Amino acid sequence: MVHWSAEEKQLIASVWGKVSMEECGAEALARLLIVYPWTQRFFDNFGNLSSPTAIIGNPKVRAHGKKVLTSFGEAIKNLDNLKGTYSKLSELHCEKLHVDPENFRLLGDILVIVLASHLGRDFSPVCQAAWQKLVGVVAHTLAHRYH
Amino acid sequence: MVLSANDKANVKAAFGKIGGQAEEYGAETLERMFATYPQTKTYFPHFDLGKGSAQVKGHGKKVAAALVEAANNIDDIAGALSKLSDLHAQKLRVDPVNFKLLGQCFLVVVASRNPSLLTPEVHASLDKFLCAVGTVLTAKYR
Repeated sequence: MVHWSAEEKQLIASVWGKVSMEECGAEALARLLIVYPWTQRFFDNFGNLSSPTAIIGNPKVRAHGKKVLTSFGEAIKNLDNLKGTYSKLSELHCEKLHVDPENFRLLGDILVIVLASHLGRDFSPVCQAAWQKLVGVVAHTLAHRYH
Repeated sequence: MVLSANDKANVKAAFGKIGGQAEEYGAETLERMFATYPQTKTYFPHFDLGKGSAQVKGHGKKVAAALVEAANNIDDIAGALSKLSDLHAQKLRVDPVNFKLLGQCFLVVVASRNPSLLTPEVHASLDKFLCAVGTVLTAKYR
């Protein structure tokens, strides 16, 4: 089980409290599809993904980004039981969605960049460290039930 | 992975905007990398890695200068960084995974200091550029 120091928990919570998860989720997913275009393979039914502008404005992308980040919020509330929290989601991503776990790592890195762009100087190195640890653990946990 | 004309233009413009602050960006990139990925410190046992370290600042300046050089010679990054590539292969031998970590931290620095600069398109171009630099620096490893 992952150990979270009191400082890490505090850094994670304070960032979460300062940003709009809906905005960040939409932006993170859009950037994932733009920066790593091969990730579009999972979203054939999302309509127009033909350009960065189309992706950013795409309502399905925004909605799905929000959904993903809302789920992130669950992780933050359950840092001491991530495996339990994400057990079903992990099975879903393996058995139904067939998503290579590498994609979770890519999205996590992009999320950190999005947070940095929203928080500016407030996104200190120790803040980044705590959040990179979080996104890494979430990615690992989502892959945990893969078979 | 190939840098398109658009990518090259985006990268040159980005470094143009960063301008003289590149040294600070370099230093902060390293600071973030050491804090976020402690395993990267293993390459610097001879450095004082404490906050405000002059050695980290000095090294950040070197890293930034190399990125600027690559951006200024973006049509021939391999040529521009050839000596650095030799150095990394023969002497430094930094494991290839670490270039991605440095790249991530550089993007975080740009995002936090200059968010308007890092549009999704520029983000994509810079990410590709940083990948290309890492590829060049590890090209002669074996």
